Amino acid sequence: MEILTSIVVGGLFGSAIYLLLSRTPVKLIIGLVLLSNAINLLIFVAAGLTRGKPPLIPAGALRPVAGVSDPLPQALILTAIVISFGVLAFALVLFRQAFGQEPSTSKPDTESTCT
Amino acid sequence: MNLLLVLPILIPLVTACLCFLAWGSRPAQRLFGILGCTAHLGTAIVLLIRIREKGIAATQLGDWPAPFGITLVADLLSAIMVLLAALMGMAVMLYSVGSIDRKREAFGYYPFYHLLLMGVSGTFLTGDMFNMYVWFEVMLMSSFVLMALGGERAQLDGAIKYVTLNLISSAFFLTALGILYGMAGTLNMADLAVMSRDVPYPGVATTLAMLFLAAFGIKAALFPLFFWLPASYHNPPVAVSAIFAGLLTKVGVYALIRVFTLIFVQDIGYTHSIILVLSGLTMVTGVLGAMAQNEFRRILSFHIISQVGYMIMGLGLFTRLALAGSIFYIVHHIIVKTNLFLASGVARKIGGSYRLERLGGLSLTAPGLTALFFISAFSLAGIPPLSGFWAKLVLIRAGLSQAAYVIAATALAVSLLTLFSMTKIWGQAFWGAAPEGTPDLDNTDDCSAFSGPSVLLYLPMMLLAGLTLCIGLYAGPVFDLAVEAADQLLDPTGYIQAVMGGVP
Repeated sequence: MEILTSIVVGGLFGSAIYLLLSRTPVKLIIGLVLLSNAINLLIFVAAGLTRGKPPLIPAGALRPVAGVSDPLPQALILTAIVISFGVLAFALVLFRQAFGQEPSTSKPDTESTCT
Repeated sequence: MNLLLVLPILIPLVTACLCFLAWGSRPAQRLFGILGCTAHLGTAIVLLIRIREKGIAATQLGDWPAPFGITLVADLLSAIMVLLAALMGMAVMLYSVGSIDRKREAFGYYPFYHLLLMGVSGTFLTGDMFNMYVWFEVMLMSSFVLMALGGERAQLDGAIKYVTLNLISSAFFLTALGILYGMAGTLNMADLAVMSRDVPYPGVATTLAMLFLAAFGIKAALFPLFFWLPASYHNPPVAVSAIFAGLLTKVGVYALIRVFTLIFVQDIGYTHSIILVLSGLTMVTGVLGAMAQNEFRRILSFHIISQVGYMIMGLGLFTRLALAGSIFYIVHHIIVKTNLFLASGVARKIGGSYRLERLGGLSLTAPGLTALFFISAFSLAGIPPLSGFWAKLVLIRAGLSQAAYVIAATALAVSLLTLFSMTKIWGQAFWGAAPEGTPDLDNTDDCSAFSGPSVLLYLPMMLLAGLTLCIGLYAGPVFDLAVEAADQLLDPTGYIQAVMGGVP
């Protein structure tokens, strides 16, 4: 399971970077989406995958039984998802604002003001 | 719970909320803003005094014991940084009231400004790596809004580069966090510091160190990751540029110093040598970039990069004197750089342009501005009685005592080139003759920009220039403080004990 997820993470990272390098804003945004998903999965794998053992404390006990899945990575991922969702929403509006009037979807020559 | 550690975060939050509530009323937002900044500054001063007297303070949010809950820690470095953030917050807040146009004020300039200050203070005070990521995002989100607010064409172009590269930097940071948690099983910095003394996999630790270096290197505008900075910093209104220039890259530098003194010290010969080489390259490329520019704020932006090199140089040398030099340099740089950006705004108001060839004769038309610019610019270049001289002196001495002659020579040469490009601004904009004909405005601003009374523009600049002079003339006490902070960084036991309590 770990190996399979790791391969998926690698694939996601690869395609995200490929898309980030393109000149098209839409691809750039999709690249950012893939990148954030790749990282979320990576946190998941790095902390170790445990199946079917929710981190619940049995009635009367003070601590969970050994071998339960670690809840912290899931909390981290949840936070990261919320943050990346907010940031992506902002980036989408920004890109639309900047490129919306352009007839094509490729980046305009933004360096023209450099001298 | 130690309220003093929470207040520097809470006050900007409350201020921002009040500004949101007073959405329709610009005078009320201004009033809340100034009051909030004053309170922030007051707490920051009290915090620094307390930390200096009683040592490192820590507080556990929600009263969960240390490695499990979120910790706020303030050692001297944190306290100094919070104080600097509050000072710049206050100065630029006053300047904003005098210079920001009505449209931006009406669309939430002040609330986002305070959220930015909250994010910056939070980053300096947190004792948990993931929490640091969250504060970074708070800070970035508000900086995105401030960067794009107003929606001018050039501004949006700059904002796209800024947003994209900062998102990628955050992605690096989060990736590194995930692997760090997988390796160490904790994200509390003090706990990590304990664990890092005997890591099971030193190779993984070094790889992680490099990932963090890339993540924070983008934020701090290190060579070769600085391209977003000169592409974006000259576009937003000058008050926004000034607070960004003063604080944001320094948050990256702070994070680098924190991580590479507390956690990644297993393989100093490797990681810190890379940092040292990067610092030299950053200095040189930054200053060469500045020499090629002819626009006020672009020159200043490239100088930020060049000077981040000096701050990192102390970290790369990794001795007591060198770290103290870095901290001294940060103190000096934040004050001076913010002031230079503020001066560029006033020059633009008087001369009508940021382009040097359209400016001229400011020494006759605006002698006050000229004096203020003179102090800051020549402090930046490191002319003797001013603060920049002492900062560079300490760093170069630290380099020489480590027999790191190449970096010391680089620092000296870059300092000379800095002087050259400062005299370029000086010679053209201030000393040179005014250009022929009436000044034609670049005219991208709303006419209500810079409509406030000019005392609001000059007061913060006088405050910051006065501070630069004081640091220059009374360098001893400031340097002692920097040495104390460096001692705390080099010996993390105090930090660990403050956070973890009895557990060593």
